Amino acid sequence: MPEALTRVEIEALLDVWLETEFTFHQVGPVARALCRLERGDQDFVLDWIKRIATTHITLAFHFSKRAPDMLNRLDRRAIEAWAVQLCDTYDRAGMYAALAVADKASGFIQTRHAHAAGALFDDTAPVLGNFVRGLSGRALKLDQGEGCFTDSERLILPALFARFETAQDNFKLAKATVAFLWAQTRWGTFRADIQAACAAFDHPDRALNQFLGLETLRLTARLARELPGLAREMERLRHLAGDRLPEDWARHQAHLSRPEATAEDSLALLPQVYEHPDFQTWCYAGELRPGAVAECMAARMDTEKARLRVKLAQLEEELRQRAGRDSPGEAKTPATFEAEAQDQDGSLDFEITLDGAPIAPPDDVKQLLTSVWLDFGHIPPEYLVPAGDGEYDPRLYEEQPEDPDAVWQGTYHEKGALFYPEWDMGRQHYRKNWCVMREKSVAPVHDDFYRQTLDRYSGLIRHLRRGFEAMRDENRLMKRQVYGDDVDIDALVEALADSRDGREMSDRLFTRMHRAERNIAVAFMVDMSGSTRGWINEAEREALILLCEALERLGDRYAIYGFSGITRKRCELFHIKHFHEPYDDTVQARISGIRPQEYTRMGFAIRHLSKLLNEVEARTKVLITLSDGRPDDYFDVYRGAYGIEDTRMALLEARRAGVHPFCITIDKEARDYLPHMYGPARYIILDDVGQLPAKVADIYRRITS
Amino acid sequence: MDAHAALTEEHFIQREPYYEPVANEIAIFEAAYRNKLPVLLKGPTGCGKTRFMEHMAWRLKRPLITVSCHDDLTASDLVGRYLVKGGETVWVDGPLTRAVRVGGICYLDEIVEARKDTMVVIHPLADDRRTLPMEKLGQILEASDDFCLAISYNPGYQSVLKDLKQSTRQRFVALEFDYPDTDLERRIVANESGVDPALADKLVKFAQMTRNLKGSGLDEGASTRLLVHAGKLMAGGIDPVVACQSAVAQAVTDDPDMLAAIQELSSSLF
Repeated sequence: MPEALTRVEIEALLDVWLETEFTFHQVGPVARALCRLERGDQDFVLDWIKRIATTHITLAFHFSKRAPDMLNRLDRRAIEAWAVQLCDTYDRAGMYAALAVADKASGFIQTRHAHAAGALFDDTAPVLGNFVRGLSGRALKLDQGEGCFTDSERLILPALFARFETAQDNFKLAKATVAFLWAQTRWGTFRADIQAACAAFDHPDRALNQFLGLETLRLTARLARELPGLAREMERLRHLAGDRLPEDWARHQAHLSRPEATAEDSLALLPQVYEHPDFQTWCYAGELRPGAVAECMAARMDTEKARLRVKLAQLEEELRQRAGRDSPGEAKTPATFEAEAQDQDGSLDFEITLDGAPIAPPDDVKQLLTSVWLDFGHIPPEYLVPAGDGEYDPRLYEEQPEDPDAVWQGTYHEKGALFYPEWDMGRQHYRKNWCVMREKSVAPVHDDFYRQTLDRYSGLIRHLRRGFEAMRDENRLMKRQVYGDDVDIDALVEALADSRDGREMSDRLFTRMHRAERNIAVAFMVDMSGSTRGWINEAEREALILLCEALERLGDRYAIYGFSGITRKRCELFHIKHFHEPYDDTVQARISGIRPQEYTRMGFAIRHLSKLLNEVEARTKVLITLSDGRPDDYFDVYRGAYGIEDTRMALLEARRAGVHPFCITIDKEARDYLPHMYGPARYIILDDVGQLPAKVADIYRRITS
Repeated sequence: MDAHAALTEEHFIQREPYYEPVANEIAIFEAAYRNKLPVLLKGPTGCGKTRFMEHMAWRLKRPLITVSCHDDLTASDLVGRYLVKGGETVWVDGPLTRAVRVGGICYLDEIVEARKDTMVVIHPLADDRRTLPMEKLGQILEASDDFCLAISYNPGYQSVLKDLKQSTRQRFVALEFDYPDTDLERRIVANESGVDPALADKLVKFAQMTRNLKGSGLDEGASTRLLVHAGKLMAGGIDPVVACQSAVAQAVTDDPDMLAAIQELSSSLF
């Protein structure tokens, strides 16, 4: 192992990275602490200081002050998670919030073990998200955040579970916590008015804590009945954590363990246990935040009522039509729905009847009923009255797509946008939800651009069409097969002659129909940045027309999108043609309407289009970029190496997802960066813009055959 | 015991195959059979369609010829083809032709998987003509009165390519199958696998958990068939969590996160 760095060496490095000449950060004590570490640990910490410094120097300084101490208590993976959380918080909420995270370092590492191997949220969430969906009830979402609680729709979990020494135990703790929070929503903890009940005590916080204690007992017993395997794990964790049942609580436990016990029983016991000593919260119980739940429930109830009533009205209409009873003159008698929940053995099911006749509720109705039932413990009759005509504002029961242009007219908000991460080369990590992306449509321009293009390139188009037709993989009869639908008489005659001659007889005696389908989906990503103004824009549009003409002959599925944007907050993808859209006047008019917009931020566009490609069922998926230059954005780090690295990362992700990227560019300097971004032989540089229309279809033919 | 080989069209099912009716499907099938109507069985995989066919074949005392359709199955595979034998070409009947000749029940499993041209072959058999044109022989074969055509189809694959055409589906009497309700499924699992009712109950609960995951990462939840497999493993002394993982989880998904999640679900339950 190389020798450890000395204090002087470390200080020199920190001076540069933290720019102490200007920032006056005192790096002396940090260097002193670091020089006592082994070289491996030193490199690890220094690497992260350097990476965080590319985000913000002050943040890196605060990290450097705490890192040596954390190294003694946590394993490296956990420290890495903490560093990433610092940067994410800074990205999301600014310096003040990030420093709060840095200050709460000790809270982050609730551990009593040296070098504990924690369970990170990012690692456990995919598994536990599916786990909690598999349990019955409302579909809950897992989110990382401050604290550990549920608002009845989301389960908020900390970035790291590191209470126990092994990763295995910490994962089990995360799982038990998720199950426990789920149990709160499943068995009606929030049906009781917790806030009001606790407010009646002198110390509402203490009352809330004791109530959580009571609920812990009730729900633990409930879980033990439904999920005995989990209950054994929970018991082991309690033992490991040293959780105890306080004196005097044993009789409450017996009372709350009855199968019919509800949250009301816990509330009824609250005055008694309020006098008892504090209940030390068990390791998996998290905390209760009745305020968050109340807010969430209030928002949910009206929409769910509206949705359910509208759905029931639709269901009724459907049933009436099926029964053929719907004569227009007849006055409709209001239908009565009745719903009965069957909550037995842990499974929750609903039976609904319309005017006494049982009907099978569709899945979406079932989900709504489940959610309503979880809130109330029954289905209130007013929820079961089908909505009358125009009774509800559609905003209540339908997801409203946001008008992308309207966003900029009022105060800025991110509603209705899609978020994409971006690779930060300095940090060597993703910036989460960094790009705010919206899909817009190119405004169609109905002019004679399409005609003109056809006229100008009529010879070329004929040639392209012929060439593309030849590529179509058509059904053909394959002869001399070992196995097939019919006997190949020629082969048989030859084989018989061979056998007469005493030679070996071939077994390839059949013909078979070969039916091959060309199974390619391709997305074209067209640069609509400001720099394409003029010739390039025109060449792009012409190229797209020629390409579409040729592709229509081939039958490949294709989509065309333009991309542009200004800063990460306004990334825009312009729809020109979806995969399923036919190539018609509107698409031609949209191609004609392509106009240069702002800058060239590429990562989000690649990520979004490869997502779209992956939703298409095709054997081969290709993403072709038409561009005029390197990635770039307005007054942003995206210019230069950062943008290239992010684009490269997005392309790597696409390739990993089974998409083949290819780039056609007219940037003469592209040889400097394209091989790095796309890899050799995955790009083509055209020297002359004029070549673009003629070449694109040709290139397409080459790369897909 | 020695393996026993018999021609499919001469093979009659001797012992009653275990089948629990969900609704009135047996009566409907019998009525359709008496009226020479073809039958379409709809439903997710592993919910008992094939077992139902075996049961009906036993009830009606007809041989059952099952063809599992795959994407390379052509009309010749069903009707028959010429083969070369000792320097001469010989015609060999396909399974459909054999069923038509002897008056058996021909069951085309997962018909949408087959190539499009196979559908055309069954059309004349599936309406009142009840004939099978054999182009290569230049013959038209009239079906015996006992012949019955049944096909199955899983509407769950939401793929345009695997949809049944109206011209095909509108010839059939359709029977819809779904996973049996909890009590029935419990009984089936206990009966088929030999586990005790308490364990069967847990297996059914486990299946419901996986069915909750349908649409969020799983294409299909665990079928009754998989539960029976898991039950058999458990009855054979395999640890329940291991049995669920091998017989159910690995069968429904390859995604490691989903596998881990299902493992956590089963280890919570058992």
